[in-house]
Amino acid sequence: MKKSLKARLAILSDAAKYDASCASSGTTRRDSSGSGGQESGGLGSTEGSGICHAYAPDGRCISLLKILMTNFCIYDCAYCINRSSSNVERARFSPEEVIWLTLEFYRRNYIEGLFLSSGIIRNSDYTMEQMVRIARDLRVTHNFRGYIHLKTIPDASAKLIEEAGLFADRLSINIELPTDAGVEKFAPQKHPRNIRRSMGELKTKIDEAGEPTLRTRRRKTFAPAGQSTQMIIGADEASDATILGTSAGLYDAYRLRRVYYSAFSPIPDASKALPLIKPPLVREHRLYQADWLYRFYGFGIEEITAGRPDGMLDLTIDPKLAWALENRGRFPVDINTADKEMLLRVPGFGTKTVKAILSARQFKRLAMGDLMRLKVSVKKVQAFVTASGWSPLKLIDRSDLRSLFVPEPQQLVLL
Amino acid sequence: MRIVLRARGDFEEWRTAARALLSQGTVPRDIEWVSEDAAGSDLFSAPASPPIGGAAPVSVPKAFLPLAESLICHSDPSRFDLAYRLLWRLQTEHALLHIRSDPDVARAHAFDRSVHRDSHKMHAFVRFKEVPASGQRRAFVSWFEPDHFIVARNAGFFRRRFADMDWLIATPKGAISWDGTDVRFCDAPADKPDIQDDADDLWRTYFANIFNPARLKVKMMQTEMPKKYWKNLPEADLIPDLIAGAEHRGRDMAARQASDTVPKFHERLHGRKP
Repeated sequence: MKKSLKARLAILSDAAKYDASCASSGTTRRDSSGSGGQESGGLGSTEGSGICHAYAPDGRCISLLKILMTNFCIYDCAYCINRSSSNVERARFSPEEVIWLTLEFYRRNYIEGLFLSSGIIRNSDYTMEQMVRIARDLRVTHNFRGYIHLKTIPDASAKLIEEAGLFADRLSINIELPTDAGVEKFAPQKHPRNIRRSMGELKTKIDEAGEPTLRTRRRKTFAPAGQSTQMIIGADEASDATILGTSAGLYDAYRLRRVYYSAFSPIPDASKALPLIKPPLVREHRLYQADWLYRFYGFGIEEITAGRPDGMLDLTIDPKLAWALENRGRFPVDINTADKEMLLRVPGFGTKTVKAILSARQFKRLAMGDLMRLKVSVKKVQAFVTASGWSPLKLIDRSDLRSLFVPEPQQLVLL
Repeated sequence: MRIVLRARGDFEEWRTAARALLSQGTVPRDIEWVSEDAAGSDLFSAPASPPIGGAAPVSVPKAFLPLAESLICHSDPSRFDLAYRLLWRLQTEHALLHIRSDPDVARAHAFDRSVHRDSHKMHAFVRFKEVPASGQRRAFVSWFEPDHFIVARNAGFFRRRFADMDWLIATPKGAISWDGTDVRFCDAPADKPDIQDDADDLWRTYFANIFNPARLKVKMMQTEMPKKYWKNLPEADLIPDLIAGAEHRGRDMAARQASDTVPKFHERLHGRKP
């Protein structure tokens, strides 16, 4: 007997939860009201920043309807709940069902749009073709202007990928694991070289679309929210330095919008090849912080990972604080005179704080009270800055400075 | 001098009064701003009409207008005074808004952030329920409880997004609606409608299954989706059970070894070896 829509929704959303991304930001502005020269009468809008319509108790944002078209898969990737050797319950949506769910969820304001992924059935092109059809029907037949993220199938033909980019806001291809050896070991049917080639082709198309053409002076639209990828952390032996090095390489070579890190999480009927452990959530968090330092704070990967010989990040304190403690000679930083690059390196200053400091100090000398009103934690920054009326010279030299930041050890309780 | 603004006191009203007061040279500390709503039934507060006319043109930095419009939507009774004090100071301290750490500017931005957050949560947590339509277009109704007076300023967002359907968003701070032609706003407090929508059941199925029990982070969820919103979210009453069941589901998965049998189609594809 065919399973009900509800039963299949349960299976195919359960199967999709290991994909970390739920972002719906960074695409072009669109709406359905007919303003700005757009045809009116459709459904949906995108206004730059994404919206999280709910949060699950795992603390993750629910922005998109994140489902698999089917969780049948001919591949046997060890870390994946949907690998062919897993005894997980299988199901499949028809394209019409995915479209219906997307539109009805959208109308009730549950979601920003659709994140569609799929197990690979028959072959890559067949699977990709079905996914593209869903995106095309949403856009063309139903006038849907919400967000669409398609997970592209690595070996699908260039023509299908090109068509996907016309309808989707974002395309992504998972790099899966931080090293080629890891991919070859755990995902024997996937080939790192093909994955990188697909990313390169996507980059070329996204770049081309960004350039105005001579004839029309209008830009084509091709995946306006760019491409992203994901790698699983903690399934293989790769160190944080290796992981971050791979990310930096991907950001530089393919101009990815995001690299997502997904702490390997126990799955039902897990493969024996993998560790059955609690997902390393703190490690995942530190990797995201380091990733941010690389992209927005001017840090090099080698600076962030230089602190420890094993190439791992400190789990107890954040990577920016760890760097500052290793490089005390660079502190204290005078908030009234230091340049932007150095202000960004102060633990406790975010990019917005630095912007506010640079603007305000043109008109007055800043004291610690100013930082407080900018919502900076004085406790966190006081050892690293000088301000009008404040000098931390004794603090920065304290040998136990690190212990001021490390969280109190938790008291043990009797069982 | 006491200035009483009508109802909750909207931006246009504050602006008219502020212009006149400024051109009369009234210093901020001489003004007591109240809104009718906040003054309530205070018998001694006979409404004084705001001073009208005679206002010379007032110039302000471009950034002041959106900031003032936003902070006047805040529900804190001191908002009118804060906005006027900024306006007053800007006449001589032209760079004031560049100094985010100034106490008044910092406070204004805190109000602004709070109003923005409230609007953002409205965009996120309004849940439409379908009601019988009277014409060709489908019709939806929602109930939302904002902290601040943000309902009118968010009509545009919902109109841009849900152009092809009729909708009504009712709140204790007024209601907005759209019928394909006009957006209407009414500032009278609305009542909570009692409507069921079968699609909520599918949404709840999705919410329960996209959750990963091996990654429980309850505090993180509550920071972004505080409990005060839960009563109007169809999925939220699932949360306690999802949390309670998470630990043993996680342990279960970890304890269970992979089964020795593999699905038939795997055998056909890759031979017997799992």
